[in-house]
Parts: sequence; structure tokens; C-alpha cells
Amino acid sequence: MFELIGIPPQALFGQLLLGLINGSFYAILSLGLAVIFGLLNIINFTHGAQYMMGAFIAWMLLNWVGIGYWPSLLLAPIVAGISGVIIERLFLQRLYHLDHLYGLLLTFGLALIIQGLFRNYFGSSGLPYQIPAELRGGQNLGFMFLPNYRGWVVVASLVVCLATWFVIEKTRLGAYLRAATENPTLTQAFGINVPLLITLTYGFGVGLAAFAGVLAAPVYSVNPNMGADLIIVVFAVVVIGGMGSILGAIVTGFGLGIIEGLTKVFYPEASATVIFIIMAIVLLVKPAGLFGRTA
Amino acid sequence: MAEALDMTRPAATTPMLEVRDLNAWYGESHVLHGVNLDVAEGEVITLLGRNGAGKTTTLKSIIGIIGKRTGSIRFQGEETVAMSSRAIARLGIGYVPEERGIFSSLSVEENLMLPPQVRPGGMSVEQIFELFPNIKERLTSQGTKLSGGEQQMLAIARILRTGAKFLLLDEPTEGLAPVIIEQIGRTISRLKSEGFTIILVEQNFRFAQTVADRHYLVEQGRVVDMIPNAELDRNIDKLHAHLGV
Repeated sequence: MFELIGIPPQALFGQLLLGLINGSFYAILSLGLAVIFGLLNIINFTHGAQYMMGAFIAWMLLNWVGIGYWPSLLLAPIVAGISGVIIERLFLQRLYHLDHLYGLLLTFGLALIIQGLFRNYFGSSGLPYQIPAELRGGQNLGFMFLPNYRGWVVVASLVVCLATWFVIEKTRLGAYLRAATENPTLTQAFGINVPLLITLTYGFGVGLAAFAGVLAAPVYSVNPNMGADLIIVVFAVVVIGGMGSILGAIVTGFGLGIIEGLTKVFYPEASATVIFIIMAIVLLVKPAGLFGRTA
Repeated sequence: MAEALDMTRPAATTPMLEVRDLNAWYGESHVLHGVNLDVAEGEVITLLGRNGAGKTTTLKSIIGIIGKRTGSIRFQGEETVAMSSRAIARLGIGYVPEERGIFSSLSVEENLMLPPQVRPGGMSVEQIFELFPNIKERLTSQGTKLSGGEQQMLAIARILRTGAKFLLLDEPTEGLAPVIIEQIGRTISRLKSEGFTIILVEQNFRFAQTVADRHYLVEQGRVVDMIPNAELDRNIDKLHAHLGV
């Protein structure tokens, strides 16, 4: 069948896998953005820098302290999350009563500062990060070769996304978050500590970005600009999925990764722009996004 | 204001809630101009008045969700005028907002379980189901899919779980059918008999008369009169003049 349309199956599945990998990162990152936007009403432009920080923290843990990949997968998000908590307490909490634009400017400025600091210290040529020994090699699936690490990225990202969805949609804590998102004043008037929820949510969103950064470290090189390149696409993903929708962010993230991969097979010239074309169409047809609720 | 203070003299015991010279603002607009009122433990009092008189704002000030407020609000002797709404709720005050405040992103069950326990001795879920059987049948529905009456029951029910014994009910009968209003009236009477203290904001003084001990008339951000329930019929002309009904 594949020969019929002149595409060898290796190329098709190879690009499909690549699309899934990219989709994994889109999904985790847009999920973090959606969670943060939902509760804080802040468009977190620092997200790409925080993803990059995750990769760098893993690199520093390995090269400076000798802590390997697996502990880093937990430690880097925690360290980045704490930096997020500090940012929220110091800066963001002063902006909630103002227009979105102020939060956007502040987080954009922070992103530039963080990226500048890392570029200044580490240069911009990129640092290598080895795939952990357990995940080297790959599987021959007959129709294609699947590198173990890439398979792991997809699985890990799916698990983290679904776990996040579960916590938000199915637990008591999640009910607090949804209530505080919908009506913070009333939620607070029930005796729930909304400011604490907001701080922890930002920390968690940043932690998600850093987790994606650690996952990405062995795939792409660890580079101060790695987040800046990615975040533009991720924002398009968030716009397509609908700001603030949890499930929307996950589904759109994976879906657009796959679409991007398929475009590389069938019409490579459009692969870099296809997501933005879809974004334009969605904005025209359904401005709140595919999964967004109109206010 | 001396005259106003006279009217608000509590029955016999020291009041559970004591509001003195309460001023409140929405942004730049000055809405309450020195509200004085007292509520004794176990009492049901109403705030009667026209739209925009300041009844809802008074409740919001007591629970602490009005940004700027001055004067004094003492709850069980503790000054709360500068406290956050979270801390005020934790003292044991339950708030049922106008329009009920049911969360659409939460199921009925999640709405019911949302407010944390603030005092021991709140109603168990079983007792709540016994009081409001409709809620039990709709637990998995989206909160706002309930009928208006059911949403009102849910808004009251979720507060009863928390152990708060002092309730602020903002127009619980608004827009509801007479049968439902009757049911809410019975619920309020039952809560009173169980020792709850309630401030009720009402436009419907016929309803208020069936449940309350005393009535405060609110006009232009002030309490202008206090009428014990027994004297309500004798003051009916005054009431008409104030409420414009």
C-alpha cells in the first residue's frame, strides 16, 4: 500500500515517530502553560527558558555533582519548580489584578534574562548529554527501527500528562484548583488558601517544563536557545487547543506533533509552517481553540 | 448615629456578631456609610431593602470579600474587619452568595465537598442527603446542570458540612418557584431550631416574616430601622415606604 503512493514505510514511520517525540514535548509544555494560564491568568513566556533550565540543571547535576539521568528526572523539576515559586512570590503575584499584557511582558523579560545568563556562562554551541545506559540501543519492529530512548520519551510524556490530567480532574486537590480557577473570590471565602494554590500551581507548571527539558537533553543538545526555538511552536499549539484546557493541551500537543511529522513525509516544504497554518485556520473558525470554552 | 445604635441594641445576650460604623467601597464608589447591626447567637435576622441599598455588600463585608472596608466587625468578640476572607471563613462563618455560586467546572459531589471543615460538628453527608434528597440523586452531574432550586439547596448544603454555625444567606429565594421557597423556608427554620445563627438578605418580606426574629431595614448604605418580627405587621406602612412595594 505504501509503495502505491510512493512512500517507503521506513520513512513514513520514522517521521511519525519523530512527530510523536516532538508531540510529547509540545504536550508537556502546552499542558504546563494551560495549567498556569488557567489559575494565574498569566501567559508564561518564561516557559521555554524554564524548559531549557531543566536540561541545564540535569547537565550540571551530572557534570558538577555526578548525579545521573534518573535522579535528575525528579531533581531538576523540583529545583526549577522552586525557582518558579520564588518568581511567583516576588513578581507575578503583583500582576494578577492587571491586564494580561503585564504578565506577558514580565515573563518575556525574565525569559530573555535567564537565556542571556545561560548563554553568557555556557556559550551557545550546546553541550552533550548522554542517553542513560539503560535506554541505549533500540528495537527492530520489522517495519522500522525504534531507538529505546525515543520510545521512552513518548511513554514518559504520556504518563506525566495523564497523571496531571487525573490529579486536576479527579482529585480533591484538583477540585480546589478548578474552583479557584473559576471563582477565586468565593473559593477563598470558603477558607481555602487560594494564594498558596496559585504559588504551587506555578511551581508545578515550571516543574513540568523542566521535566520536558530533562527528557529533551539526550535528544537535542543542551543549549541556552533550545527553549526559545520550541516555545513559539508550543504557543501555537496552546492557541489551537484553547487556552486553559487541560485535555485540549495534551491531545493537541500529540496531534500536532504527528501532523507535523506526516507533513515532512508528504510535503516537506510545509513542515515548518503547518502548525501555524492550522493555528490561523482555528483562529478564524473557532477563536477559543478546539477545546476552549468561550467566556 | 446614636439613634442608630439604639435601634440595634441586642436582645439580652452579648451579640455573636457586632457591626459598628461599617463603611465599604467598590473601587472608588462608597457603598456602605456606617452600617450598625447586632446578631445574637441562635437568631435569624434579615436585611430588607431595595436593590442597591447595600444588603449584599454588607454580607460581603462580613465575609471579607469587599476590598476596602472600615469600621468594626466583631465576630464572637474577635475583630475581623482587617482579616482575609479565608481567615474569616475559618472562624466558622458560612457564606451562600447571591446567584448561589455553584461551580460549573465541578460535579455536584465536588461542589458539596469543596468547602473545607472549619469547625467540628458539621453535618455528615448522610444528614445532608436526608435534608436535601434531590442532591443525592444528582451527585455526578455537572454542578450548574441542576435546577435553580437544587443549586440553592446545594449552595446551602455545602456550607452545612463545614461546621460553620453562623450563616450568611444572600437572597436564597430569588427566582425560585413557591414550592421551592417553602422548602427553603422549612430548611431555615430547622437550622434555627438546631442552633444556627443566620443573616438573611431578602427582597421578599413575606418570606422573611415566616423565618426571622428581627428585620433590619437597609437604605442607601445605612441601617435605617430595626423591626422585631412580632411588630412587622404593625409597621407595614413603614416597610412599604422603605421597600417601595
